[in-house]
Amino acid sequence: MSPVNFVYLASVLFAIGAATVLLRRNAIIAFMGVELMLNAANLTLVAFARMIGEINGQIMAFFVMVVAAAEVVVGLAIIIAVFRARQSISLDEPSELRG
Amino acid sequence: MISPILFWFVAFITVIPALALMFARKPVHIAMAVVLVMVGLAVSYVALKAPFLGVVQIVVYTGAVMMLFLFVLMLVGVDKRESLKETITGQRWIALALALGVGALLITVVSRLSFSVSEEPSEGTPTEVAYWLFGDYVLVVEVLGFLLITSAVGALALTHVPRLFPKRTQAEIQSARVAAGADPVNKAFPGVYARHNALDAPALDPDGNPIEDSVSRVLKVRHQAIDGSEFKDDNKARRRELGAKEDEA
Repeated sequence: MSPVNFVYLASVLFAIGAATVLLRRNAIIAFMGVELMLNAANLTLVAFARMIGEINGQIMAFFVMVVAAAEVVVGLAIIIAVFRARQSISLDEPSELRG
Repeated sequence: MISPILFWFVAFITVIPALALMFARKPVHIAMAVVLVMVGLAVSYVALKAPFLGVVQIVVYTGAVMMLFLFVLMLVGVDKRESLKETITGQRWIALALALGVGALLITVVSRLSFSVSEEPSEGTPTEVAYWLFGDYVLVVEVLGFLLITSAVGALALTHVPRLFPKRTQAEIQSARVAAGADPVNKAFPGVYARHNALDAPALDPDGNPIEDSVSRVLKVRHQAIDGSEFKDDNKARRRELGAKEDEA
């Protein structure tokens, strides 16, 4: 079975992650959707690295993982700060910010 | 080549739990489903000749990131109900259509391309990855170090709450209690020692009278406390036995 199938799998996972970000109101769940999208991108990088036969794609995937870890730390800190301020992590609430 | 059974197994344990992100109700269930997705992706990395990345995936994602999500879920409360009221009309259907569109677009684009698969791929061992990380990409690694430190400091700064009032010392708490009318010393402990070592008997004062305050209020309300008077005379007798004068007692 060709590694291309993993690229299809990554496409499906990316679409599911995108749907989660657009559909869910809970900030933490939406954030997990973002993580799923990042992982789908990682899977394509690794699959293409396998097809090309060079390791550069894997290195890129490794960097994406590091950036994702940093992003999770800051993102969850922001969620906690928002929760402290308004006792809610619904993504609809901050819409009060508009004029 | 990759065994079809392996691929369909990975597809099963990634896509089905990923659907929980859209349909499951409880955030903790969703977090555990995403952990399963991450494990599935780790399996696929190993199958794609990236064993180092597979292990890193398990350590970083299931071990660190998803556990961090669980901690934050506990901090903000697991039982938070998600409001299902739509603020934008038809948002649900627009979102679903967009996501399906993105998925269809990606799959079509990939299916129209033809790929050649290398016969001699790199092995993706830690040695090989390290050779590239600290060779050609060493500058990127250093920049990522800065990024990680910055994000750690950023998380500290974001979650830090400045203290609104100075911290109260123990002496201040105690003087506030006394000013509010509390007894400055402890209440007497219940129990008539050596004869009735239990919480339901009041302590006796030096005259041998029971001290009402020494028995728990709850026991009194439940009528489970004894009044302690039967120990009173007994106490006098004991003291006489010990040689104390009658007028002293």
